[in-house]
Amino acid sequence: MSAVLPAVKASEVGAQRIAFGVMVAFFLLGPALGMYPVFLMKVMCFALFAAAFNLLIGFVGLLSFGHAMFLGTAGYVCAHAAKVWGLTPELAIVAGAAAAGLLGLITGLLAIRRQGIYFAMITLALAQMIFFFCLQAPFTGGEDGIQAVPRGKLFGILDLSNVWNMYGTVLLIFIAGFLLIYRTVHSPFGQVLKAIRENEPRATSLGYNTNRYKLMAFVLSATLSGVAGATNALVFQLAALNSVHWSMSGEVVLMNLVGGLGTIFGPVMGAFVVLAMENYLATLGFWVTIVQGAIFVLCVLAFRRGIIGELGRLIRKPL
Amino acid sequence: MTEIFGIPTQALFGQLLIGLINGSFYALLSLGLAVIFGLLNIINFTHGAQYMMGAFVAWFLLNKTGMGYWWALVVAPIAVGIIGVIIERTMLKQLYKLDHLYGLLLTFGLALIIQGLFRNEYGSSGLPYSIPSQLTGGQNLGFMFLPNYRAWVIVFSLVVCFSTWFVIEKTKLGAYLRAATENPELVRAFGINVPRMITLTYGFGVGLAALAGVMAAPIYSVNPLMGENLIIVVFAVVVIGGMGSIMGSIVTGFGLGIIEGLTKVFYPEASATVIFIVMAIVLAIRPAGLFGTQK
Repeated sequence: MSAVLPAVKASEVGAQRIAFGVMVAFFLLGPALGMYPVFLMKVMCFALFAAAFNLLIGFVGLLSFGHAMFLGTAGYVCAHAAKVWGLTPELAIVAGAAAAGLLGLITGLLAIRRQGIYFAMITLALAQMIFFFCLQAPFTGGEDGIQAVPRGKLFGILDLSNVWNMYGTVLLIFIAGFLLIYRTVHSPFGQVLKAIRENEPRATSLGYNTNRYKLMAFVLSATLSGVAGATNALVFQLAALNSVHWSMSGEVVLMNLVGGLGTIFGPVMGAFVVLAMENYLATLGFWVTIVQGAIFVLCVLAFRRGIIGELGRLIRKPL
Repeated sequence: MTEIFGIPTQALFGQLLIGLINGSFYALLSLGLAVIFGLLNIINFTHGAQYMMGAFVAWFLLNKTGMGYWWALVVAPIAVGIIGVIIERTMLKQLYKLDHLYGLLLTFGLALIIQGLFRNEYGSSGLPYSIPSQLTGGQNLGFMFLPNYRAWVIVFSLVVCFSTWFVIEKTKLGAYLRAATENPELVRAFGINVPRMITLTYGFGVGLAALAGVMAAPIYSVNPLMGENLIIVVFAVVVIGGMGSIMGSIVTGFGLGIIEGLTKVFYPEASATVIFIVMAIVLAIRPAGLFGTQK
């Protein structure tokens, strides 16, 4: 089985390299420009979450409406591991990500049996089941969640209760996750995923076991969402029900829609815009939901490429 | 006190009744979703919000104009249906040529807006809506007490479901509808106004949701969030039944309501998740759904 990679124009790679540089510089210099480090850490966690989600919708064409289950489950497992088992933060994150990956394997096996709208409904329903489980299970703390999670010492050395140590760790995790997704999308594996998105029967007829590829992509996306969720739980020292709620699944869809479905940098941009808006509107109660809904409607009706998609069209290079 | 499987019959039949009531709403809502999906190929995420709007219209009518339950049963579906028609004409219409997922995203956004607006205005606590005077009281059946209103809800939703089934499966209008589901271009070529049919179908499906909302108002309180979690359960019902058949939606809706009710008796911890577990089992064994056909 050999996949021939399409020739990627050097100028396209160049544009993406520049965009990558801008993104890294933004997160490196953001705190110096007066942005709250905790806010930026949240942005990075959700940018990774959104990018993991985009791996499915943008490159396999699967809309998961239940991705909060991976974010939330990993958050709970990580918080439990750090607080009750006393694991070091890197092991707690690995535990959270592994739990999310396992959940992704089980739910993925069920969900990939249907396509399109059914896939969305199935993932949503499974996530709702996980939500009720987290509401009732003894170790999640119900409505209170798991609070006061210790950040601990990375590898037993680096004290993460220092905000800059935490910031650097989150930045490294985010960049590593982002590059992994970038690499996946541009690998032969990623090309097969795109082929499935474009024409699944044809990919099957070419001898690819499409279900296996879809499942692998689903598990990868779930695991990376788990990394994001676990890191987020350490940043806020909290694992709570809102991270498994369906509205969180909707939020990650919104981030991708705003940033640009199927673009490399769209999820990051979308995460930043959506979280900044939430921060700004936080005092206005339920207006956040209304504005989110309005952005959904606007994006679907008039702005389907998203910010990065439009930008990429403007400079005629995919970003 | 008599017992079955160690459970008092009172409790068993009481939960069975609640199961049937919930099943009535599952059936009405999944029926509306199926009718809309058949012709528009979109999953109407706004369905839960439209169900909630139906209940609020009933509340408005009673408290602002003095029009009671029976009027609400007629007015609310029409009013909410008209709003649905406007949504279809102005927004959904533009999405038919795109991936069907955009319809899901648009209606999800609309649901957020509608539920947010109602929450801003009315908070999250419920508004009371009393049972119409003709249907208060109940019957003592010997083994259980059956409130009249609950009996009415079950009977009336059965009537509505089977009327819908009859219209779609047995009348000429239904034949046009089914033909347009199969091949809209061909049906248009025969001189039938398919776009108008699509609009009215959406309005009808939305009207069914509003009707369910009015019926629910006296049972659950009128609450901005009443449709929010319900719609996800109904999605699971739709996946279990498969959207291919009208009768399938009705049977699955009532069946799952009963299963849920029985779970509350025998293993209450799982009552919130049992429908999702059934969905997972059905997906593993029969991915197209119990009554569906995989394309």
